Amino acid sequence: MDSQPRDAAYWAKDVTTLKLGPVPAEAVNLNVTGRRVLGPVQGFGRMWQKTMRVELPGAEVTPAEVIRTWKAEFQRFWPERNWFYAPLTGIAPGEVALLNLNLPGRMRLSTGVLVLYADDESFTLMTPEGHMLAGWITFSATAADDGVTVVQIQALERTNDPLYELGYVLGGNRLNTRFWVETAENLARRFGVEPRVQSQVVCVDRRRQWRHAGNLSKNAAIRTFLWTLATPVRRLRGRSG
Amino acid sequence: MTEGSLITDVRELSSRASVIDLKGDVTASAERTLADAYTRASGRFTRTIVLNFSGLEYMNSGGIGMLVTLLVRANRQRQRLVAYGLNEHYRQIFELTRLDEAIGIYDSEAEAYAEADAP
Repeated sequence: MDSQPRDAAYWAKDVTTLKLGPVPAEAVNLNVTGRRVLGPVQGFGRMWQKTMRVELPGAEVTPAEVIRTWKAEFQRFWPERNWFYAPLTGIAPGEVALLNLNLPGRMRLSTGVLVLYADDESFTLMTPEGHMLAGWITFSATAADDGVTVVQIQALERTNDPLYELGYVLGGNRLNTRFWVETAENLARRFGVEPRVQSQVVCVDRRRQWRHAGNLSKNAAIRTFLWTLATPVRRLRGRSG
Repeated sequence: MTEGSLITDVRELSSRASVIDLKGDVTASAERTLADAYTRASGRFTRTIVLNFSGLEYMNSGGIGMLVTLLVRANRQRQRLVAYGLNEHYRQIFELTRLDEAIGIYDSEAEAYAEADAP
């Protein structure tokens, strides 16, 4: 007999492909609806585990309060010029968010994430086909033995295809780490703490999975770039139509 | 994040296969427990590690991440990971995270053993 496990309410259910709800008019909505999620097993590049931790000494805030704030104000903690369009119902299991990210060279990237898991003290986002990374990232807060609340961001990821892997080797990896360090810093400041983020980056698997090189066909950066190139044509057609 | 404890037991099915029985909570905090069990289960000729999830009571995303790193370790040692004892809920999580594409899932120990014993 299958009794319902106590984590049952925290996991996304019955997700085969992503479905995105309404998004603001200014958002670029590409590469999300209809995509499947990808775990680190399905990615191409080396596998990395990145962990960023920051303590919140002096902040009178419980782990659950931190996570509640983080879920409600997720966009606010991201580095500038990157957009997280949260689902209307908030960060909850099974919901899908749209991302508009800035890449080096003034390129934009439209992609998304699935809320894979969410409880009172953590939540996890999983990436879809076409995203730079295949894997998931968990945001959590715990109380240390001395009572201080500790915030953690932990990603387990591979780049999705050979092009992204090349970008990662040429500096993208460092930029990605910096992105999450900045996020942790911004969160700490939100609670009045001058941040001292500890980061640890470990290469879990050095092998590249060439059998997944075909992920390139769904590369969201290429598709967003082509969409941007075609913008004048779409505008002209819109006027003449 | 609710974190409890994980108890493991290791059984040898044959010179080529071992079972790790998991009871309790699979979360990131159980990483050392699971890694130790994996070391005990890995003999010189072991080619398959069978994970028995019949006693699984709770798993979060940290636990799934831990299974991925275990899978990497197994691949590095040219071993296969297979699993049985997952109820419908946890089967769905394996499917959702697409871990089922790398860790074979079986209904029973006998089926998993048959896979383990296959050349």
